[in-house]
Amino acid sequence: MSANASVRPRVAVHKFSSCDGCQLAFLNLGEDLLTLASRVDLVHFAEAGPLDADAEVDVAFVEGSVSTPEDLERIQRIRARSRVLVAIGACAVSGGIQGLRNGADSASWVARIYDHPEAIASLEHSTPIATHVAVDFELWGCPVTGTQVLGVVNALLLGVSPRDNADKVCTECKRQGYPCVLVARGIPCMGPVTRAGCGALCPGLGRDCYGCFGPAESANTDALSAQFARLGLDTQAIARRFQSINSQAPMFRQAADKARAAGNE
Amino acid sequence: MSESRNVSIRVPVLARVEGEGALDLVIEQGDIKELRLRIFEPPRFFEKFLEGRHYAEVPDFVARICGICPVAYQVTAAQALETLFEIDIGPWARAMRRVFYCGEWIQSHSLHIHLLAAPDFFGCGNAIELAQIAPEEVRRGLRLQALGNELMELFGARSVHPVGVRVGGFHAAPPPERIHAMREKLAAALPEAEALVRWTAGIALPPDAQEFVSVALRHPVDYAIEHGEIAASDGLLIEAAAYPEHFVEHHEPHSTALFSSYQGRPYLVGPLARLNLNRDRLPDDVQALLAETGFALPSGNVFQSMLARAVEILLALREALRLLADYHAPASPWVDATPRAGVAVGGTEAPRGLLWHRYEIDTDGLVRNARIVPPTAQNQARIEADLRLSLLNFGLDHADDALRLHCEKVIRNYDPCISCATHFLRLNVSR
Ligand code: SF4
Ligand code: SF4
Repeated sequence: MSANASVRPRVAVHKFSSCDGCQLAFLNLGEDLLTLASRVDLVHFAEAGPLDADAEVDVAFVEGSVSTPEDLERIQRIRARSRVLVAIGACAVSGGIQGLRNGADSASWVARIYDHPEAIASLEHSTPIATHVAVDFELWGCPVTGTQVLGVVNALLLGVSPRDNADKVCTECKRQGYPCVLVARGIPCMGPVTRAGCGALCPGLGRDCYGCFGPAESANTDALSAQFARLGLDTQAIARRFQSINSQAPMFRQAADKARAAGNE
Repeated sequence: MSESRNVSIRVPVLARVEGEGALDLVIEQGDIKELRLRIFEPPRFFEKFLEGRHYAEVPDFVARICGICPVAYQVTAAQALETLFEIDIGPWARAMRRVFYCGEWIQSHSLHIHLLAAPDFFGCGNAIELAQIAPEEVRRGLRLQALGNELMELFGARSVHPVGVRVGGFHAAPPPERIHAMREKLAAALPEAEALVRWTAGIALPPDAQEFVSVALRHPVDYAIEHGEIAASDGLLIEAAAYPEHFVEHHEPHSTALFSSYQGRPYLVGPLARLNLNRDRLPDDVQALLAETGFALPSGNVFQSMLARAVEILLALREALRLLADYHAPASPWVDATPRAGVAVGGTEAPRGLLWHRYEIDTDGLVRNARIVPPTAQNQARIEADLRLSLLNFGLDHADDALRLHCEKVIRNYDPCISCATHFLRLNVSR
C-alpha cells in the first residue's frame, strides 16, 4: 500500500469459532478505520479483505474459540508467527457462549442431526485460546469495544504495555451514578462479580448485568449466590446466571457447580 | 485458450464475507465438474443449548449467533414469544422495534456495500484501496454505517449484542432529547442515502437474468421488515407458522449449514427478493427514484443486490424518521409477560433475508426445543445454482483469476453470513 508500509507495525486479525462481533470493533470504527489502516499495516483480516494468514506480524488479534481439529493446528501456526498475540472477546478468552456445550455430549448431537455426521469436524469442547498457546494479552467482553482494541493498538504503537481494568461493573455504576438495580429493585444483577469495561450498560437501562465481560478479579460469587437465593431464585436459576456467555471461566463454572450441588442436597 | 482446458480453482478462505467459507471449482473439458460454496465454519449448537433456558434469556442468547445482525435475532425471538404469551406490546414498542431494526439494516447494508461488495467492481481488494479512488463515497458509506450503529445504540446501548430488548417491549425508553438529536442526523443523512442509490445504480454490473423464486415477508401496508406474512413470487402467501409445510432443509457433506428448498428448488431471500415482492410498498418518491435510475423490478440479476441494499438504506432512514416524528416516552417501555406453554413461532426480515424461529416453551417458561432458520442457509442452494449459471454466462474460457474473481463477486452479492448459517439446526424434517 503506502511507501512506509515496512515501518508500520504489521497487524493480523484472525477468526476462530465466533459470531464475528468482536472483529466489528474494527469494522465499526467508521472513518477511524481509515486512520488505523494508515498507521498499521493490516496484513491479514479476511472479513475486511487482506488475506495472508501465514504472514509474520507484530500483533495478532484473535477472535473466537478453538473448536475443530483444524483450529488446534492453526492457532499454533499463528502463535509461531506473531510477536504479540491478543485474544479478543469472550469466545477467545473463556470459550464463549458455545462453551455451554462442554458439559454435554455434542458428538451425539451432531450424529442425531446432520445427515453426514462424518463430515462435521467438531471437537467435544470449545476452549479459549490460552488453553493452547501463550497469550500476551486478553480483552474480555462479548463483544469487546472499539476503545479496548484501539487502546491495545495505541499502547503497542507507543511501546508500552496495554492496561485493562479488572474491577467490577459495580464500580462503573457508581461512577455513572446509576441506581443499583440489585439493591433498589431486587433484580438478580451479575454486576458485583462481572469485570468492568462496558460502562455498566445494562444497569444504565435499568436491567440486570448478565456477565458478558466475564469474572472480575477477586469477586465473591458465594455472597452473590446467597443474595440471589434471598431474592427467590432457585438453585437452577442461580446456576443459569453463571452459565451463560462465559460459562467456562473457572470462577463462573465453580459458582454454577456449587449452586447445582446445593440443589441436589 | 482452448475449450477443453482443465481448471481447478480452490479458494480456501473467502475474503470479505462474514464467517468462514471456501470455494471449489473444477472444470474439465469445458464442463463444470464441481462447483461448491463450502461452508466449514464450525457449528456452535445454539438450538441445543437453548434447551432448558428461561424464555427471558432467549433474546440475549440468540443475539450471539451473529454480530452483524443481532437485532434480527433478538426481535424475532421476542416477537415469537410475545405471540405465544398473547402480549400486546402496544403502539410505542411496536414502532420502536421497527426503528431499532431499521438501524440494523442501515448498518449492515452500509457495511456490506462499502467494505465487502463494492471493491470488486472497482478492481480493488478491499475498502481501504477503494477509499483511494473513491474517498468521498467510502467516507459517506462509513458515516451511514455509523449512523445505523447509533440508531441501534439509542435503544440497545451498544450496536453489537444490544442489551435493550426484552420479551414484552424494551428495558428502557430513550429520552426525547436524544430522539430529537437523532432525527436531525437522520434528516441530514437522507440526501447522502439518495446519492448512494445513484452511485450504486451507476456501477456497471455484469448483465444477467436468472429464473428463481423470491421469498420475503409481505405486509398489507408497510415495506416488510419486522412483520408480515411469508410470500413467494409464485403467489404463495402463508403465516409464519406454516413455514415448515412449504420449506425443507437438508444436509450436504460439504457444508456445516443446511440447504433449504421450496418445492424441491432453490429460492432467493434478501434485499433483492424483498424488492421483487414489495416494490409497491415503497414510498412513491423512492419508487420514482428507482425508475429514474433505471432499476427495473422484478429483477433476475442478483448483482443488483448491492443497489437493492442502497434502496433499503434510504427506506430505513425514511421509516425511522417517520416513526420518530412525534415521539413521546411511554409510561412503561414494556408490559409484563406471563409464560404459557406452547409453540412460539415468528419470522422477520433480517438484513440478509427471512429469519424464522420456533420455540417450544413449557409451563415454567423454559425452552424445551428450539429451531432457527437463518437467511444464509436458505440462500446456500441458490448461491450454488447462481454460480453455475453465472459462470456459464460469463464464459468458462476466461483466465483462472478472472473466473475466481467472478465467482467471489457472485458469492459476495448474497452477503452470506456464514456465522449465522452454521449454528446448529435440528432436522425435524420427515422424509
Ligand atoms: S465474544 Fe461475543 S461478540 Fe465476540 S465473537 Fe464471541 S460471541 Fe461474538
Ligand atoms: S452490564 Fe454486564 S451484561 Fe451488560 S454489557 Fe456490561 S458486562 Fe455485559
